[in-house]
Amino acid sequence: MKRSLQLLALLFLLGTAGTWLATGANRGWTKTSLPVKTLDQITGIEGISYQPMFLPGVDFLGAGVFAALVLGGASLFFRNIPKPKHP
Amino acid sequence: MKLSNLIILTGLLAGVAPGLPAAPESFDFKDPKGVNNAVFKLDAPLESINGSASGISGTVAFDPENPAALSGKIIVASESLMVPNPMQKEHLHGTNWLDVATFPQITFESKSFANVKTDANVTTGDLTGTFTLKGVSKEITTPVKITYLKDKLADRVPGLKGDLLVIRANFVINREDYHIQPGQYRDKVSTNIDLTLSIAGASPQP
Repeated sequence: MKRSLQLLALLFLLGTAGTWLATGANRGWTKTSLPVKTLDQITGIEGISYQPMFLPGVDFLGAGVFAALVLGGASLFFRNIPKPKHP
Repeated sequence: MKLSNLIILTGLLAGVAPGLPAAPESFDFKDPKGVNNAVFKLDAPLESINGSASGISGTVAFDPENPAALSGKIIVASESLMVPNPMQKEHLHGTNWLDVATFPQITFESKSFANVKTDANVTTGDLTGTFTLKGVSKEITTPVKITYLKDKLADRVPGLKGDLLVIRANFVINREDYHIQPGQYRDKVSTNIDLTLSIAGASPQP
């Protein structure tokens, strides 16, 4: 159990950090839509529309690190199962 | 009817009344293409917030022969204010900030247009009017650039003849002047809000 929790904590940490880095290491808040600009050729106005897109931010990274710490901390409450002694 | 009145009336009907001012054109800013937008930027020491609003409507009367007589009202639907973070958007629309349910519109109504300069189809000047946000109205003056695009409506909306009017303005307001969390969260939410308006209105003609 102890080992499983520690492994899960490591997976959480690597998963969230990896996702955050792979999506551009956004140092702002998590975004669920991104502005897309389109130029109106006649008026010269840049129109802005929002496309649904998930871009994890520091809150996502923080939540992942926190979850990893909780899991890692919980693992301390479990003892290592002693290996059976061979005669 | 006097003879002079009859001559003027005949001239008006013929569309050739020399010496008489032409009526201003009325431009509708509810854009069927949804391109019109107002961008807002807040740059606080700890956080920067950028977003835009697309729910723009209103009418402006503009006479290319007399640009200084410009008048009108532009309305932004508060509900259309958008930021990419869903929680920020919820807070922005909520009762503590803009309270869009109680104050569904942000408006600017013109009063006067000064320092007007026209070069070809582009007019610049300082537009003074009443800006209303969250139920608080303040008089502000902002430089504007107006581009009159004669007979260009058909290029944008096929099947419709008429003119286009493009208005661009950039100005700064202080959120505390409009009772938006005065004295609160200054490190995260800038008190100065930089607003950029880029809108086009249409004046369809038969």
